[in-house]
This record gives sequence, structure tokens and C-alpha cells, in this order.
Amino acid sequence: MADLLRVEHLRKSYSGGRPWGRKPPPALNDVSVSVARGRTLGLVGESGSGKSTLGRCILGLTRPDSGAVIFDGVEVQALSGRALADFRRRVQPVFQDPFGSLDPRWPAGRSVRESLDCFGIGTPADRERRVLDLFDRVGLNPALAGRLPTHLSGGQRQRVGIAAALASEPELIIADEPVSALDMSVQAQILNLLMDLQKDLGVASVFISHDLGVVEHVSDEIAVMYHGEIVETGDTETVMTSPRHDYTRTLLAAIPRPRSSAPRRPPCPQPT
Amino acid sequence: MSAILSLDNVGVRFNAAGAAPPAPAVDGVSLQLHRGEIFGIVGESGSGKSTLANAVMGLLPANAAVSGSIRINDREVVGLDDEALRSMRGDEVSMIFQDPTASLDPTWPVGDQIAETIRAHYPVTAREAKARAIALMGEVGIADAAARYSDVPHRFSGGQRQRIVIAAALANNPQLLVADEPTTALDVTIQAQVLQLIDKLRRDHGTTVLLITHDLGVVSMICDRVGVMYGGKLLETATTEALFANPAHPYTRALFAANPAGAPRGARLPVIPAEWSVESLRDAELLRAAIGAANG
Repeated sequence: MADLLRVEHLRKSYSGGRPWGRKPPPALNDVSVSVARGRTLGLVGESGSGKSTLGRCILGLTRPDSGAVIFDGVEVQALSGRALADFRRRVQPVFQDPFGSLDPRWPAGRSVRESLDCFGIGTPADRERRVLDLFDRVGLNPALAGRLPTHLSGGQRQRVGIAAALASEPELIIADEPVSALDMSVQAQILNLLMDLQKDLGVASVFISHDLGVVEHVSDEIAVMYHGEIVETGDTETVMTSPRHDYTRTLLAAIPRPRSSAPRRPPCPQPT
Repeated sequence: MSAILSLDNVGVRFNAAGAAPPAPAVDGVSLQLHRGEIFGIVGESGSGKSTLANAVMGLLPANAAVSGSIRINDREVVGLDDEALRSMRGDEVSMIFQDPTASLDPTWPVGDQIAETIRAHYPVTAREAKARAIALMGEVGIADAAARYSDVPHRFSGGQRQRIVIAAALANNPQLLVADEPTTALDVTIQAQVLQLIDKLRRDHGTTVLLITHDLGVVSMICDRVGVMYGGKLLETATTEALFANPAHPYTRALFAANPAGAPRGARLPVIPAEWSVESLRDAELLRAAIGAANG
């Protein structure tokens, strides 16, 4: 089966502040990845590794210097007008801070409805019902549709963000650090939700996170980024159990894992 | 064994003007920290862990009412006046925060900021303070410390900035270091380095550390003992090994289960309901065990 998304030899550098200054290293340096329909690609790396830039390039929010993003056989940079609108309907983002993606003066329901209005999905009368269905779908009480974002908890806001992304029935979701701002117990709820949606709706996703533990849990494949390059890619099992690149090994070793059997340093000498 | 920090039935309540008294942010916490140990407090946001840390430092706003007793080296901190608190902070007790950028003055050479901490408490000459600051910068792992003394904070990376903040906090050899989420803003590889640094410094200087974190992984890396907080209450206290091998409280067990790092890949994570009670968590556990047995 053909890949839903193919990223080929993507390069992107951001210009430095001064024209005479030293050129900063590229944010993306010859990056190629692919995502099959209904699969999840986990993108992991530290801050500054270029993982968010890659996400933005896939969404068409950032223009790469060279290389191609090919979605369903069509190059994204070449799209315009109606075809671009259709691409935006089929590829939706979920960001880390749902507070930043929701209008603080709009009730949560209106933020979700805007997506339906924008893409002309359903009849206007039908949309109200769809919004409530979407709230139900992401596990929110439909009564919360009338609340302002400030009156929702962090986990509820992230659910609204996911509902807004799902409104246009996308085929690919780009989730950029969707659980990084959430508590452990809420994080578990949102991860469950994302995994359920994938199973039920067959949405493919690119899951961007700095947390290898989270990425490992939800991804079919993992790509490890470091200094703008993909240093290792493979299916989750292989990358986690037999990492080939030194950086992946460093990353795996640095993750603090809550295990009682973890090798412990000797206890601190107690002064008498 | 002597306790350096001793909390006895500590409660904190934030009074809102004209409103009914809200639920306490910290409720009946009793705790003893032994000299030289790293004690971790884990909890989710809103559990009151940071409020507790700020209460120890006397940093709570004016509308906070603190009850109970907080004793550092057998001296009562609750009710101390500003002058006494100021002479205590940075000398006997130091605190480091999550965001090192916010702790440092952006326009001031970092070395001077470390030296200021020393000169605020001890009558040393500027030259002596500078020499001590350079030594401290070297000790926390800033390469070429003398040359970087006059650099301003934005010339340092996030991890280096946190090292500078740690150097300033340790400048006067405090007996107690309160670290509120010290590595949360850092990348995992840098986090590992900073945690190792904190561990090394407490070994070298015998500093006691109260480490506030939401990350169970961080706790298992460096803490000797752990307290789990929820809703302002300290649910359980145990040595790190005992807590991870045998969590006593149902909430602790639910918190461990919700962590994706230990769970089978792609499996649904057991969640903690927003409104839980000890009974509901026990029921959920029995249910999980039954499902596990049926599947296995």
C-alpha cells in the first residue's frame, strides 16, 4: 500500500538575526520519513532537534528550503486554492498548549464548530449536533460546549483541541507534544483517547514528543531526531530494544524510569 | 539521628477576600528530614507540593495562613519576621526553582549574582567573593569559569543556567536545599546531568535536599525517601525502594499504573478518575486484576 505521507530530503534553515553573522546550523537537514495509512510515527528528540519544524513543514505552515512533502501522492508545496483547503481538511494539528489554540473569548463549542463552518461540512443546522457528537467522542460532557476555555481544566482543553482537529474528519493528525503540559493521570486519559481514535477512525498520526516513554507507548514506528537529522528510524520494538545509533542509546539511558529494580547508587552515608 | 527539617501538622489555607474559606492547599502534613538525605515529594499539579516548599522558605503571599509548626534546625519558621527570614534564606536554607532564567537577572554578569549571595550574608571583600564564586562555578561544572564570570545569563544554555542557580544556592553552604521541579524545563540528557550534580554536591557538602517533582522517574533516580501528596495531604512516606517495590496507598499504585513508560506498548492505560476515593481506587484495582487474570 502506498504511504499516506512521504517526506523526502527536506531541508530548512532559519536565517540568523544578522546578515553578516555566522549561519546557524539547519533546523532540518535532509530529512526523509514516511507514514502509512492508519499508522503512528513517533518523532522523538530534544529541544532544538527540529522535530517541531518537521511537523510544521508537513502541515504546510513552514515552507522548506528544498525537498518535498508528499501527501497521498500530491506534493503539498504545489497546492493552492481549493486543493490546499482540501489538504488542510485532511491533515489537522493538535498542539501542546490547547489554551493557545482556542480563542479565550469563544465558548469551547464554537471553536470546534468553526472547523465545520470553515470546511463547509454538513448543513448549518446539522453542525450543532455534530459539535455535540464530537464532544461525546472525545469524552467530554456536551454541556461543556458552552464554557469558555478559562473555565475548563487542562485535560478538558486538550480534549476540545482534539475534538476541533477531528471535526474535519482528517486522515492524518500531527500531534506536537500533545500531553507534555498535562499531569500523569490526565496524560494517561489523553493517550488512551488518541489510541482509541486511531483504532476506531483509522486516522494516521505523527506523534511528536521529547518523552521517549510516551512515544514508545503509542507509536508503531519511531524516528529519532538529533541536530536536524533523523539519526535512527525503525519499528518501535527494534529501536527500543536494540538501538543502533549512539544518540538513541544516550537518550534511552538518560530516561528516568520509575522501576524499583533500577540500579541504585550506594546509600548516602549517615552522619552519626 | 537529628532532623534538619521537621514539619508538624502543617496546614496552609489561602484566604480569598469576602468568600467562604476554601479547601486548604496543604492539610496536616507531618514530616522529618534527616541530615544529608534527598527527600522527594511527588504529586500532580494542585497537590500542594509547591505550596509546602514555599511555606518552608516563608515565601507564601500575605493571604496565606500557615498553621502547625515548621522547624529548621530546631528553630520555628512559622511566624518569623521578614528580617529573620531574609537572613535565613540563601544562608541556612536555599531554594532553586524550575525556570533558571526567571531566577537570574538578565542584565547582570552571572558571577556577580553568585558573589552577591555571599556578600549579602558575610562580610567578605569583593575580591574574596569573586574568587569563591569562580570556584563555585567550576564546582558545578561550568568550563573555564574565570573567563565566563562576566557573561550574562543569555550566553549560557538552559542546563548551564540551572547550574549557575545551583552554584548561587550553594554559595553559603546551606544545610537545606529546597528544589522545586529543578529539572522540569530541561531536556532528558541535561536533566540526568543536573540530577547527578545535585547528588554529588550533597555528598560533598552533606546538604539535605527537599526535591519537589511530578516525575516518578526523577524520584527513582536520586531520592532516598519519598512522600506522595494529593489534595494537600501527604498520603504515604517510604524509602524509594520500598515505595516502588510495594506502594502502600491505592493512589500511589494508580499513579504508577498511569505511567506509559512501564506499561505494555499500545495497551490502554488505567486512569485515575477525577473524583476518586480510596474505595473507588481499590475497586478499580480489583477490576484490573480480574481483567489481567482473564486475559492471561
